[in-house]
Amino acid sequence: MTQVAGIVLSGLEKTFKSSQGPVRAVRGIDVEISPGETVAFLGPNGAGKSTTIDMLLGLLPPDKGTVTLFGKPPVEAIASGAIGAMLQTGALIRDLSVRELVTMMASLYPAPLDVDEVLELTGIADIAGRRTQKLSGGQTQRARFAVALVSNPDLLVLDEPTVAMDVEGRHSFWTTMRGFAARGKTVLFATHYLEEADTYADRAILMANGRVVADAPTNEIKAMVGLRTIRATLPGVGLDELGRLPGVKSVDQRGEAVILSCSDSDAAARALLAAYPDARDIEIATGGLEQAFLHLTGGDDDE
Amino acid sequence: MSAATYTRYEVLRTFRSRRFFVFSLGFPLVLYFLIAGPNHNVKNLGGTGISAPLYFMIGLTAFGTMNAMLSSGARIAGERAAGWNRQLRITPLPTWIYFRTKVVTGYLMAATTMVLLFAAGSSLGVRLSAGEWVKTAGLILVGLVPFAAMGILMGHLVTIDSIGPAMGGTTALLSLFGGVWFPISHGGALFDIAQALPSYWLVQASHVAIGGQGWGLRGWIVVALWTAVCARLAARAYRRDTTRN
Repeated sequence: MTQVAGIVLSGLEKTFKSSQGPVRAVRGIDVEISPGETVAFLGPNGAGKSTTIDMLLGLLPPDKGTVTLFGKPPVEAIASGAIGAMLQTGALIRDLSVRELVTMMASLYPAPLDVDEVLELTGIADIAGRRTQKLSGGQTQRARFAVALVSNPDLLVLDEPTVAMDVEGRHSFWTTMRGFAARGKTVLFATHYLEEADTYADRAILMANGRVVADAPTNEIKAMVGLRTIRATLPGVGLDELGRLPGVKSVDQRGEAVILSCSDSDAAARALLAAYPDARDIEIATGGLEQAFLHLTGGDDDE
Repeated sequence: MSAATYTRYEVLRTFRSRRFFVFSLGFPLVLYFLIAGPNHNVKNLGGTGISAPLYFMIGLTAFGTMNAMLSSGARIAGERAAGWNRQLRITPLPTWIYFRTKVVTGYLMAATTMVLLFAAGSSLGVRLSAGEWVKTAGLILVGLVPFAAMGILMGHLVTIDSIGPAMGGTTALLSLFGGVWFPISHGGALFDIAQALPSYWLVQASHVAIGGQGWGLRGWIVVALWTAVCARLAARAYRRDTTRN
């Protein structure tokens, strides 16, 4: 099969030294992303997402393995202006207005977007004249997004971009990202929110303990890790009986409470209440990613 | 890509910073009037054959311009602390233009400081021919080259928390032993130490005004050696900073 070269990570490994001995942050990652795809790196904190992104951007040399971006090593792809990124951490430089900062960064690229358009798109046109050191956390994140976006890159990399944003900020952020992706751009973002990956990416790469544990279209990933749990206080009922309710996959007991892991929590809740009207303190929740990862990796992946 | 736009905004934000006005401009000017003002009638300071207003004009220009050049180190340390150097490394901006911009900015600050102190010197009676002003200024600008490299070195070696004391300590020692505050008498260990320092040769630029040769071979060699060593160390510190985990 022939296709245009996209993003290729092959055999990436990285180990850090620490006072507690070596930490194997990335333990062998192979990923291929085609041009135009929007892909999420999904995983809990410490899964190796940021380390992988740093290696992808050439900020960190891998111990083993290679990275190519559109057929070039990272340094060359970056020199050609094809890459834009919003890193996980980072402040802005002081003593410039937001507009001046974005203009300054735009000047470094061969084909930047219009500065005013980007300020508008990222929702900071109204604070364009404000000095960067006077911005709130959410405004700083938007200004950093503007810096990444104005470069008009072929590949946009976003490392947990919505961390400091409020709900409204998140929503407009992702709307802007989608608009940019719709221009045929490749977008790669890291997140530990399943909803973000599910809603905004075509494909999710599930990472845990420095490895890829699943790589599939987001709807399949959601089915894999999106189990909901029902928790209820229900003394004196056998776990086997509960396990036979429709939509229930497994049952656990915590004191007087039972926890049902469900593939269909709606059906399970209806059946539970019909069969046991005295069930109390009912809570329905989305299972945490960490739990899902433990399930997928068998929880014994430390070595 | 336009390096000119990048440089223009870098200069703009540097001239907006309060630190620049306090340490590189305000401080040397105030000290100059405090020290040279009461002694403005002294025609031959400590047997140098140079008047007090001229000697301290060059001395405090040396002090202020050293601060101006080293302050690029403070800006580099600040950008490293903010993670901005990582942001720049994923742009097409070549490393050498990044450093060139820092050096150009340092020189613009230094030149501003120098012009203001020369004006202050004139107000206290310093009179030089046009050729002497130009030659003095030229020697100072050349004498600042090692400080450009030293600034880049310190910016990669020192964290943002300790860059203030590190810079202050460096300029204080170099000023003291370079003869900023009082002329170093010839002969003796102190004189030997002074002659090995780049700050000494900045201060010696005032000899142009009494028909002296300026530096002589020794001065050029000391300045060239400091430049070579600091540039080498700065390159190593930069490489270590960008490749560490």
